[in-house]
Amino acid sequence: MAISPVTIDEHSSPLSAEQAAQLTSLIQSLSPAQTTWISGYLAGLNAHASMGEVVRPEASAPAAAPAEPLTVLYGSQTGNAEDIAEQLVARAEAEGLSAKAIDMLDYKPRDLKKEKNVVICVSTHGEGDPPDNAEELHEFIYGKKAPKLDGLKFSVLAFGDSSYEHFCQTGRDFDAQLEKLGATRVVERKDLDVDFDDAAEAWIGDVVARFKDELGAGEAEAGHANVTALPGTAEQPAASQWSRKNPYQAELLTNAVLNGRGSDKEVHHIELDTEESGLTWEPGDSLGIIPSNDPQMVDDLIGALGARADDEVTGLDGEVSLAHALTHQYEITTLTRPFIEKYAERAGNDQLNALLSEDARAQLAEYIDGRFIIDLVEDYPIADITGADFVRLLRKLPPRLYSIASSHAANPDEIHLTVAAVRYQTHGRDRHGVASVQLADRSEDAKLPIYIDHNKNFKLPADDAPIIMIGPGTGIAPFRAFMEERAERDATGRNWVFFGAQHFRTDFYYQTDWLRWRNDGLLTRMDVAFSRDQADKVYVQHKLREAGAELFDWIESGATIYVCGDANAMAADVHDALLDIIAENGKLDAEGAAGYLKNLQKEKRYQRDVY
Amino acid sequence: MSDTKNLSPVEHIKLESNHLRGTIAEGLADELTAAISEDDTQLTKFHGFYQQDDRDVRAERKAAKLEPHYQFMVRMRLPAGVLTPEQWLAVDDIAKRYGNGTLRITTRQTFQFHGIPKQNLKPLLQALDRVGLDTRGGCGDDNRNVIANTNPQRSDLHAAVYDWSHRISRHLRWQSRAYDELWLDAEPSDAPETEPLYGESYLPRKFKVAIAIPPENDIDVFANDIGLIAIVEDGELAGFNVAIGGGMGMTHGEPETYPRLATVIGFVDLEHVLAAVETLVTIQRDYGDRKDRKHARFKYTIDDHGIDFIHDQLAERGDIKLEPARDYRFERNGDPLGWTQSDDGNWQLTLFVENGRIADFDDRGLAHYGQYRGRPGHKLMTALRELAKIHKGAIRLTCNHNVIIADIADADRAAIEELVAHYDLDDGRERAPLKYASMSCVAFPTCGLAMAESERYLPSLIAKLENIMADAGLEDEPIVIRMTGCPNGCARPYLGEIGFVGKAPGKYNLYLGAAFDGSRMNKLYRENIGEDEILAELTPLIERFSAEREDGEHFGDFVIRSGVIAATTEGRNFHDNVGPAQAA
Ligand code: SRM
Ligand SMILES: Cc1cc2nc3c(=O)[nH]c(=O)nc-3n(C[C@H](O)[C@H](O)[C@H](O)COP(=O)(O)OP(=O)(O)OC[C@H]3O[C@@H](n4cnc5c(N)ncnc54)[C@H](O)[C@@H]3O)c2cc1C
Ligand SMILES: Cc1cc2nc3c(=O)[nH]c(=O)nc-3n(C[C@H](O)[C@H](O)[C@H](O)COP(=O)(O)O)c2cc1C
Ligand code: SF4
Repeated sequence: MAISPVTIDEHSSPLSAEQAAQLTSLIQSLSPAQTTWISGYLAGLNAHASMGEVVRPEASAPAAAPAEPLTVLYGSQTGNAEDIAEQLVARAEAEGLSAKAIDMLDYKPRDLKKEKNVVICVSTHGEGDPPDNAEELHEFIYGKKAPKLDGLKFSVLAFGDSSYEHFCQTGRDFDAQLEKLGATRVVERKDLDVDFDDAAEAWIGDVVARFKDELGAGEAEAGHANVTALPGTAEQPAASQWSRKNPYQAELLTNAVLNGRGSDKEVHHIELDTEESGLTWEPGDSLGIIPSNDPQMVDDLIGALGARADDEVTGLDGEVSLAHALTHQYEITTLTRPFIEKYAERAGNDQLNALLSEDARAQLAEYIDGRFIIDLVEDYPIADITGADFVRLLRKLPPRLYSIASSHAANPDEIHLTVAAVRYQTHGRDRHGVASVQLADRSEDAKLPIYIDHNKNFKLPADDAPIIMIGPGTGIAPFRAFMEERAERDATGRNWVFFGAQHFRTDFYYQTDWLRWRNDGLLTRMDVAFSRDQADKVYVQHKLREAGAELFDWIESGATIYVCGDANAMAADVHDALLDIIAENGKLDAEGAAGYLKNLQKEKRYQRDVY
Repeated sequence: MSDTKNLSPVEHIKLESNHLRGTIAEGLADELTAAISEDDTQLTKFHGFYQQDDRDVRAERKAAKLEPHYQFMVRMRLPAGVLTPEQWLAVDDIAKRYGNGTLRITTRQTFQFHGIPKQNLKPLLQALDRVGLDTRGGCGDDNRNVIANTNPQRSDLHAAVYDWSHRISRHLRWQSRAYDELWLDAEPSDAPETEPLYGESYLPRKFKVAIAIPPENDIDVFANDIGLIAIVEDGELAGFNVAIGGGMGMTHGEPETYPRLATVIGFVDLEHVLAAVETLVTIQRDYGDRKDRKHARFKYTIDDHGIDFIHDQLAERGDIKLEPARDYRFERNGDPLGWTQSDDGNWQLTLFVENGRIADFDDRGLAHYGQYRGRPGHKLMTALRELAKIHKGAIRLTCNHNVIIADIADADRAAIEELVAHYDLDDGRERAPLKYASMSCVAFPTCGLAMAESERYLPSLIAKLENIMADAGLEDEPIVIRMTGCPNGCARPYLGEIGFVGKAPGKYNLYLGAAFDGSRMNKLYRENIGEDEILAELTPLIERFSAEREDGEHFGDFVIRSGVIAATTEGRNFHDNVGPAQAA
């Protein structure tokens, strides 16, 4: 973002003439990067002010850190737990506590027994599994080497999604296991659903207050360290003022289907206009989109409730029409256990209550599968429920993330996405994914609220380092950004891509880009697996195994391995293939191979972004 | 011979191809693209196939960031267009198994398979090989499929020209082992490889040989580099009149390129036929233009050096002295449809194949995802397969892209007729003389050079013209109509009494005045016009033709006699006095 020469004076601003002059000369001396940093920094200051704190940087004098520091360990895949951990630290330091946030990946498990005060912020991924960077610590506390932790005070903040069966499982694990090892809980664990912002802020309040008592830090340090630890200004690139809570309204530039005629798939190439936004990102980052629901689905649901579209309800920010609330504010499709529980209370239906009993978990899961909220409303109607009552049962419409498929360096004014439209049929109803189908079918109707979801766990290495990119299906998206970036930077590192899809002819996403990069010599090698072009199915993991020896040479010569795409089957199959390749070519046993790969992970040379 | 430094790019590709191998094998193995390397696409032509892409989806695939839908067209070598029923069944199966499920009879009486993915090329060529068929020289700068008259009165004459077509085809075939190594799993050997006839860079351009038996000119003998006209004396084949320098190709807006009819330069007896043909080929090999491919055909070599030069070279190189040409007479260049009997008592059934496209059309008249149209419910491909199953004789393809069920014994006729009736095949019984006398090239969606539709458009235009003919009381009058999607001339449009040559989508140049027997070319009448103008131009001419024609006079002759357009007397004046003649 180029900043045009500005002049601010006392008339056009709330500043004094002197301040205005200073600011003007300062701004004119700034590099874009510096401007971006400052804007993020000031935004941070405001965030604090809004947390009920008057912050005057010049007032923040460095102060002696209290004896017992607070260690905030975070395990995060898509950055939520990490953001909140950073906020927690900032808040704590603002309260005069000395605190630091550490990525579990960079944390020596054995140091745990030296700790006095720990807060765990961890999300759950896979099917109740820890995020990649939490794996090692998670294993450690369950393992034989796990130490006694009598001296440790802890609290756990769990991130999850109540639509998954193992809701916040990893957080629960840490909470239970630390207690087992003798540590004492300071604040009750909080299980956060996808609409976690407010709950998280409240919990942070408790924790900071409680630890403040525990550690008894003096008021003197109030305001200390704001300058060094503000949310969003850590090592993260360019936090412009836009965020999940304050998204940028982006206009659609292009919406094109990437599949050729006759394909069973429907993947869209989406280009959004970010020219005015000042948004910046790095290859590997994702775009957050705050979607809105399908108007048809909203109508149907209102119909099923026997309510009226213009009924007044209390939405997230005051009084709005029922239609507005259901379209823009609440999740009205995905069924979750918590929702069904709340709904059942109002319904008072024995059959439904039975479904919620502990020993009926399997049946409930089966009922939820492939059903939406509207199915529940139709199956177990509540005669007297009003739109207002109903809305109170819903959870906030969570944002969806999409890997950014373009490089900022190559296209500073655009963000490209690769979106698979989710359409399916279950229980006699055509179903749509909320965000993907909004992007596919209605992305022109209105501007799209977006923000950057930075992901420091999916980043390019040094320009001269070789990389291996494994991205079947839409998993290819970030690698297009990687290649654009490396082309832009004339990076000399070798590039090897593994891609897979159903059919060569119709599903080879960005084929013309790949061919161009191969001709330019940027793409060193590309192996493709088209599962349905021959009798027996071929997937990327097969291609990996075929190329095993050479792949191992690449790894030995310092290559970083990236995996992106399907979390359910692909990520595990690829992981196993890598283990076998390492074992075979590295002459290692299963355990040795596992250790080898773990180590790669620690060195950030095995990075995954799966969903 | 040309000095190598300003040779055309294709010449370099041939020279460096290691006898037509290039990097074809590597290209086939490349999994990231359905194409092969650009240079290799020049070489595969010698092996009988072209890289193409489905132009119907070109734009949408670009938008989808997909490469064009690359695919290959494979063209068989089938001298005289004759094949056995067994071979027919194999070809039918191959089209479905490896291609787009349709077959295209070409204007040089062979088959083309369309829509072949590169990984299917080898299995396809092997399947052909198993039934004794190949594609060597189907395309490329070498001798092409040798064509010959398909339906003479006399069966022994057909046997004779059929035999000659094979001998010439074999004699002029390129020798490199590349074909066997690339496609038939032959072991590479380091025995030295030579092209005794062609040499390292083959011919400067494609080369075409045809054999006609007067009075039938169904093969358009004068459109070929070498046309042999059978001369029968005392009931025996005595030899051939030799015609040289025929070719249709030209380029819009480049008058130095022009179609040309072959010049009859004398008579050769049977003993010297091969020698004469070979020597003519070597003259073109050594004197043909290798710098400018648009000026490389034999016709330009001849016009540049003169006929005498050719006679001298024949004498010098092959000690060949042609006798004066003998008398001959052509009557038509179309196919007589339906049943005909030859002197041995056997029957021939000539079936009309619209545009030469063999397919099974669904109830909406669509084939291959609607890319091709035909009569609704017409199961032509199935019908011909069923015929091949019971037929005992040979099957012949014609240069008007029709098919002949040949050598049917009296006893077997009934069974054939039954199938023809059952599948409602078109044996010419309709009252549709324009349709039967019409021909169109392939053009869209496969031809990379097409500027306008041809095969997929002509039928609807013909239908409109037939109404105009009927209104003029000419519903039984044939007019030879030829359409191509570009000026290259693949359906020999300059030999149409009415010729349409594509200029842009929906736009054609209108040519008038060729002779009904293929002995005179037409001339440009109106440039770049759409259907409405085409009909507006032709309606009054057809009415006038109906009113003023002389007895038995053909439309092509009429428009010249009545001064509608000037006559083209030779290739070099094809571009002169074009348009509605001032005199008229
Ligand atoms: C299939 C066929 C038309 C048909 O409707 O049957 C055909 C189809 C093509 N012809 Fe032809 N030509 C066909 C007979 C002809 C004829 C007629 C003839 O030989 O009696 C001519 C005019 C005579 C002549 O050779 O001059 C002919 C003159 C051309 C030319 C122009 C050559 C020239 O001297 O300028 C080209 C373009 C070129 O060679 O550069 C061409 C090129 C082509 C190509 C291969 C386009 C290309 O080069 O990429 C066409 C493939 C279309 C497709 O998708 O199948 N085709 N082509 C005929 C196949 C004949 C065969 O079996 O060998
Ligand atoms: C870090 C990250 C990066 C991502 N990158 C991309 C990307 O680049 N491209 C991309 O397309 N997606 C990407 N995703 C996934 C994306 O965020 C959304 O999850 C996806 O688009 C679906 O969202 P939706 O709102 O359209 O569907 P939703 O309304 O969220 O519905 C999805 C749900 O529908 C149900 N469902 C789906 N199919 C079926 C079926 N056949 N039968 C029964 N139930 C079914 C499942 O419960 C599924 O969870 C990414 C996700 C993450 C976390
Ligand atoms: C592939 C995938 C699998 C997930 N699995 C679970 C799960 O099993 N249980 C759960 O509670 N949440 C699950 N989640 C939801 C995440 O935990 C939730 O989005 C959380 O906010 C992510 O926090 P993070 O950004 O710190 O990783 C899953 C999310 C993804 C993308
Ligand atoms: S005439 Fe032109 S358009 Fe028609 S097939 Fe030949 S090259 Fe293609």
